Amino acid sequence: MPLRGTLLLLSALALAAPAQARETVGLSVSTLNNPFFVTLRDGAKAAAAKAGLDLVVLDAQDKPDKQVADVEDLVQKKVKVILVNPTDAAAVVPAIQRANAAGIPVITVDRAAAGGRVAFHIASDNVAGGKLAGALVCKLLGGKGAAVELEGIPGSSAARDRGQGFNEALKAGCPGVKVVARQTANFDRAQGLSVMENVLQAQPKIDAVFAHNDEMALGALQAIRASRKHIRLVGFDATDDAVKAVAACDLKATVAQQPAEMGRLAVEKADQLVKGGAPPAATEFIPVALKLVSSAKCP
Amino acid sequence: MSPARATRREWLSRWGILLALLALGAALSLLSPTFLTASNLLNVLRQISVNGLLAFGMTTVILSAGIDLSVGSVLAVSGAVAAGLAAGGWPAGLAMAAALLSGVAMGLFNGLFVALFRIAPFIVTLGGLTIFRGVALVYTDGRPITGLPPAFDALGNGVLLGVPAPALVMLSFLALTHALLRFTALGRAVYAVGGNEEAARLSGLPVPGVKLFAYGYAGLASALGGLVLTGRLNSAQPTAGAGFELDAIAAVVVGGTSLFGGRGGVAGTFLGAAIIGVLNNGMNLLDVSAFYQQIVKGGVILGALLVDRLVANRKD
Repeated sequence: MPLRGTLLLLSALALAAPAQARETVGLSVSTLNNPFFVTLRDGAKAAAAKAGLDLVVLDAQDKPDKQVADVEDLVQKKVKVILVNPTDAAAVVPAIQRANAAGIPVITVDRAAAGGRVAFHIASDNVAGGKLAGALVCKLLGGKGAAVELEGIPGSSAARDRGQGFNEALKAGCPGVKVVARQTANFDRAQGLSVMENVLQAQPKIDAVFAHNDEMALGALQAIRASRKHIRLVGFDATDDAVKAVAACDLKATVAQQPAEMGRLAVEKADQLVKGGAPPAATEFIPVALKLVSSAKCP
Repeated sequence: MSPARATRREWLSRWGILLALLALGAALSLLSPTFLTASNLLNVLRQISVNGLLAFGMTTVILSAGIDLSVGSVLAVSGAVAAGLAAGGWPAGLAMAAALLSGVAMGLFNGLFVALFRIAPFIVTLGGLTIFRGVALVYTDGRPITGLPPAFDALGNGVLLGVPAPALVMLSFLALTHALLRFTALGRAVYAVGGNEEAARLSGLPVPGVKLFAYGYAGLASALGGLVLTGRLNSAQPTAGAGFELDAIAAVVVGGTSLFGGRGGVAGTFLGAAIIGVLNNGMNLLDVSAFYQQIVKGGVILGALLVDRLVANRKD
C-alpha cells in the first residue's frame, strides 16, 4: 500500500476529528439509506446542539454485525450515553450487554431490543398505528373487500406491531374485509414494487393495500399504476415522498410517525442521564404520538 | 521467475502492508485518545475475526487462481444450521460440528463445478451465492433463530486470558492455514496450480483434487465464520453475511495476494483484514460521516491494487 496514499487519507481523517471538549453521546442508526432515519438523526442532532452535547452518529447500513461493531466502538470511545436504533431485536442484545458491562446507559429508539438493560425505549405505539390503518382501510372499502398486507422485515418489532394492529382492527371491527395476501418486502421500495407485481399476478381482485412503511407503499404504487387497477393504498411513516403522494391522491393516507420528535426525545432523555439523572430501574417506554395524514380533496 | 526474486517481492509487498498498518495506527493514536488502548485493540481484533476467517479461506481459493463469491451465503447457512440444531435440542458441540460439515459440503459443491466440470469460478460461486442464500432463507423461514445455548455466546462474546474468543478462533485458524499452505505438499500444490495450471498438470499434480480442496477449505472457513458471527449476534440471521465476499476479497487483495493466483499468503491477508478493521474502527472513533467512510474504504482497496500492479510490472 502506498505510504503517500495513507498519509493523504490520514490528513483527511485529521480534518474530520471533532473537538473533544463537550460531553459525547453516541447514536447507532440502523440505516441512513432510508429518509425516515435521516429525519430521526436530524431531530437528534438539532436537540444535541441545543443541549450542548456532541453527537456521534454511526450508520449500521442495516447489517446487525456492523451495528454490534459500531456500538463496541462507541463503548471504546467512552461516550456518556448510547442511543441505539436496532437493526434486529435479537442481534443487538450482545452490543447492549457490552455497553451495560461498561456502565454506559442505553436508550433504544424506534425499535426495541430483546434483552440487555435499556434505560428508555422511545418509539411510536406501532400497534395503535396499525389499528389506525386497519380502521381506515375498512372505512375506505365500506366494510367489504380484499386487502393485501406488505410486511416489513420479518421479526422486526415495527413489522410485528403494525401487522398486529392492522389485523386486530380488521378482525374486531371489519369482518367483511379479508387479507388475501400477506408478503414481506423488507421495508424496501424496490422489493415493494416487485412483491406487489407478483401479488397482482396471483390475486385477481384487490381493493386495498396496507404497507408497513411508505417505501414499500411507494414501490407498490408503481406496480399498481402499471396494472391500471383501482386499488387504495395506505402507507406508514409519512416520509416526505409519501406526503407528496398523498397530496397527489396516489396514496390514500400514511400513518405519521414523528421521527424528528423521536430523535429529539431520545437526546433529551440522554441529556438527563448525562447531567447525572439516574436511569429508571426498568425500561421506561416513552410513546411518540401518531396521526393519519390524508388529503380531503381526493375522491 | 526466479524463486529468490519472487520471495523478495513478496516480502517487499508484505512489509509495505505492515508499514501502512503501523502508519495508520500511529496516526489514529495521535487523533483519538481511545485508539491505542489495549481494550480497543482487542476490540478491533474481535471485530475483524469473521472477515479474517472468510478471507483466509478466500486466500486459499484465490491462490489456486479461483474466486469464491459464495462465502457470505455459506456463512449464513452454516450459522443457521448450528443455531437451528442447537435450538432444537442438539448438544452445542455437535450442532457446531454439523455446521462445519455443511460448510465443507457447500465448498465441495462449488469445487465440483470448478474442478470437474471446468466452469469459471466466478460463475459457479455466483450461482452458489444465490443458491445458498436461498437455502438459508428456506431453513430459517426468513426469521432469525434465537434461544441458543450459552456455548454460542461464549464463542462470540467470551474472553479467554484477556483475549476475545472470536480473535482466538481466528488466530488459530490463521496459524493452521499458514502451516498448511507453507509446509505441506498439498499447500505447495495450491500455489503450483494457481501459478501455472498447465505446468502443474504436466508435473503430475492432481489439479482437480487440489481445486476441490481449496473450495472445500473455503467452505470450512466460511462455516467457522458463521459460528463466530452467530455467537457474536447471539442469533442466526437469515441475511447474515450478505456482501461479506467483498470485504473478504478486499482483505486478500490489500494483503498482497495476487488475484491471478500463485502468489501471496494468509499472513498478508491477516494484515489486510487488520487494515480494513482499523480503518472502520478509526473512522467510527473519529466520527467520520458514514457516507465518507465507504469512499475511504474503497479508495484504500484501489490503492492497494495499484501498488500490487506496480510491483508486478517492475518485476517484468
